[in-house]
Amino acid sequence: MAKTYNAGVKEYRETYWMPDYTPKDTDLLACFKITPQAGVPREEAAAAVAAESSTGTWTTVWTDLLTDLDYYKGRAYAIEDVPGNDDAFYAFIAYPIDLFEEGSVVNVFTSLVGNVFGFKAVRALRLEDVRFPIAYVMTCNGPPHGIQLERDMMNKYGRPLLGCTIKPKLGLSAKNYGRAVYECLRGGLDFTKDDENVNSQPFMRWRPRFDFVMEAIDKAERETGERKGHYLNVTAPTPEEMYKRAEYAKEIGAPIIMHDYITGGFCANTGLAQWCRDNGVLLHIHRAMHAVLDRNPNHGIHFRVLTKILRLSGGDHLHTGTVVGKLEGDRESTLGWIDLLRESYIKEDRSRGIFFDQDWGAMPGVFAVASGGIHVWHMPALVNIFGDDAVLQFGGGTLGHPWGNAAGAAANRVALEACVEARNQGVAIEKEGKDVLLKAAASSPELKIAMETWKEIKFEFDTVDKLDAAHK
Amino acid sequence: MSEMQDYNSSLEDPNSRKFETFSYLPAMDAARIRKQVEYIVSKGWNPAVEHTEPENAFDHYWYMWKLPMFGETNVDAILAEAEACHQAHPNNHVRLIGFDNYAQSKGAEMVVFRGKPV
Repeated sequence: MAKTYNAGVKEYRETYWMPDYTPKDTDLLACFKITPQAGVPREEAAAAVAAESSTGTWTTVWTDLLTDLDYYKGRAYAIEDVPGNDDAFYAFIAYPIDLFEEGSVVNVFTSLVGNVFGFKAVRALRLEDVRFPIAYVMTCNGPPHGIQLERDMMNKYGRPLLGCTIKPKLGLSAKNYGRAVYECLRGGLDFTKDDENVNSQPFMRWRPRFDFVMEAIDKAERETGERKGHYLNVTAPTPEEMYKRAEYAKEIGAPIIMHDYITGGFCANTGLAQWCRDNGVLLHIHRAMHAVLDRNPNHGIHFRVLTKILRLSGGDHLHTGTVVGKLEGDRESTLGWIDLLRESYIKEDRSRGIFFDQDWGAMPGVFAVASGGIHVWHMPALVNIFGDDAVLQFGGGTLGHPWGNAAGAAANRVALEACVEARNQGVAIEKEGKDVLLKAAASSPELKIAMETWKEIKFEFDTVDKLDAAHK
Repeated sequence: MSEMQDYNSSLEDPNSRKFETFSYLPAMDAARIRKQVEYIVSKGWNPAVEHTEPENAFDHYWYMWKLPMFGETNVDAILAEAEACHQAHPNNHVRLIGFDNYAQSKGAEMVVFRGKPV
């Protein structure tokens, strides 16, 4: 029976609140934390978010009747209390897969976190999690190579990889910069990294940086007999410039390049990831600007969602926080999104903040990158928390060694290998970390000095964004 | 703070050449090798032994010593194969591998007998 047209404003819940709806396997599911305006009932607020993030407009329009809105609309199908927060609630919304262009995180998130985040009926809104149906996952390119292939290309097995961001982050000349890279790599690191804001400034344009760094990699490989890389940052003002730099990196034989996927944009990132797959170049992903989106517990996008965006858009490494260092991160929550990066099937687990089962099918996994404020004393905890499929990056913890970068690198490499060996022997390395390191330092003067240098440094600020936990 | 020490590594000195995991630790004795074999077995991985002339260690492909020991869980049998490879090629690097067929990767790989530096 055809509907009749009635102009005017309808309550959203008449159309978009469907508590009896059973989500389909092909639906894209989202969990929002909604803090409604005073006096707005939960069902109405949830329905409003479903409407505004899918087919709805503030008023009925006659062209609604030219389509099958009941097929295309988003459906708020459940609401739940938020533990520890009486002002907010979780709303679960199902979106039919046909709402989204295939292989486009750009399109998905233009809907899910578009106009709705400025919507007046909600005081604050946070996207907590998204379940991508395997049918949608299969349309995305994903990581260019993934963990397994990167291990084979770089010949690194049975341990986490080691990296270091070159400092000072701005101001070095290309040749001095290459020197810092060379010293780190010859000392035993697998990778060094451009800082995220190193692009192509007047003090160091990209091309001479690439040339000097490549010489550093080549010499360190000949000297140590091991495979080495440096994340050449190709983040650029325009896609054309980005591809130009990526092409040159490939031409000189660089094994890995780097991109900032949020400031650079999901469109650029997805294109670059496809290029990397086509050209056999690994892709390291930095996450500048993430904290603007994910730090406020009541408004924005949770990092586990940003993690899923990156896995779909494509990258072989992603920064995840360290748990132990100076930056944000709650341990269980971090373990949750590390699983989302690396595993092929992740089950719902509220104790890790995971709201949905997520099936990635055969999509490759991404190395978790722990970087920022960490040093040799953190090594036992890092190895225990992150396991093997991670890149542990010590910036100050390498370059700040009293004997220089090579000694700093060797100290970290010895500490890493000692922890891995002990772990394999069944030692509880986090508890016995001190003994493991002291024993290793007996045959490594570099490690001994590193342990003396950083012994007292601790970072114990409480985290701002914790998992929601009951308060009564 | 002790006196600054030079980092001793060069193209000229073959002792500067490393060979990935555990090569920054002192060479393994029999007890340490046994522990790593036990780890590989406990993980359910397939043990294997490979070797190479030290000057060719950078290559991805080393020489397989026989075939990987599929399903072998006897630690002594695995150690015996590594030892036999070492006896047959005393100047070569000998590495022990744990193939993880689910990850389609190597869960472990380490040089257990270090060859003569060249």
